[in-house]
Amino acid sequence: MRHNTWIYLLIMALVSYVIRALPLTLIRRPIRNRTLRSFLYYVPYVTLAVMTFPAIMDATGNVWSGLAALAAGALLAWLGGGLLPVAILCCATVFLMNLFL
Amino acid sequence: MKGDNRRCFVRGIRDGIPIALGYFAVGFTLGIAAKGAGLTALQAAIASFTNNASAGEYAGFTVIRTGGSYLEMALMTLVANARYLLMSAALSQKFRQDIPFGHRCLVAYDVTDEIFGICVSVDGYLNPFYAYGAMAVAIPGWSLGTGLGVMMGNILPAAVVVALSVGLYGMFLAVIIPPARKDRFIATLVLLSMACSFLFSRTPYLSRISEGMRMILLTVAIAGAASVLRPIQEVDSDAA
Repeated sequence: MRHNTWIYLLIMALVSYVIRALPLTLIRRPIRNRTLRSFLYYVPYVTLAVMTFPAIMDATGNVWSGLAALAAGALLAWLGGGLLPVAILCCATVFLMNLFL
Repeated sequence: MKGDNRRCFVRGIRDGIPIALGYFAVGFTLGIAAKGAGLTALQAAIASFTNNASAGEYAGFTVIRTGGSYLEMALMTLVANARYLLMSAALSQKFRQDIPFGHRCLVAYDVTDEIFGICVSVDGYLNPFYAYGAMAVAIPGWSLGTGLGVMMGNILPAAVVVALSVGLYGMFLAVIIPPARKDRFIATLVLLSMACSFLFSRTPYLSRISEGMRMILLTVAIAGAASVLRPIQEVDSDAA
């Protein structure tokens, strides 16, 4: 059976949306359970950390430029740099490192 | 109140610009995967406009390329995007209780790693207009990037594309590092998460687990353990 690309795209869109809309519309009051509240509080830190590493190391075609971007970005963020400055520093680090590696 | 919404919208646009730039670059490379799956530029742009998910779309394009069943498509999209279920649940706690249904539905449209990241880090309750501001620049950046990726393939120098692709990670760092500096427990969590993620990606057998699945497993395990080991202090009086 030949599949229709538009139907594929429709399924992707529906599933992606329902996953996001259900919690946001169904959970309408503050969650009182302390453990659950704590869990949801910790979720972003874990998820973002897991996504950043080792992916940043593998994204640049060179482990060292990826690690340098991680170190530079982490340092600037530690010193209080915002989203844009940290992002730009990471990009610039990779660009410059890759020129020499 | 009106002025407040407008202020939030503008602030959302400002914080959304670096996200949009990163999305454009990542969308561009995703477009190349879409092209490999036989999608046209329009189809790829629509996929990005309606999905707003890099890993989810990449998984979807893989199903299209290999001619998988519609059921497989639904399951792949579900697993690759399951973390958004957690993020939306977390985000629901950032809404004031009386935020109407329509606003909830609209914000849900673009719960991505990055938009979620900036939305949970606002002080106090989340004004939906902040999310709309970010979406207003992020969604076009994402879908145009994907469409252009299909059309132009390798028009940007590879060195530039590679450099831009780490911009997203830079933003993640800017979200997680400042709280980690203030709270040693969060710093420990961040380091532990990175260590486990590294282990999963490099250990035989474990590395066969897809990235989306790895994210789900580690998030549930580590955030779950953390919530038992150190429950957060009850600070907001209306939640007690």
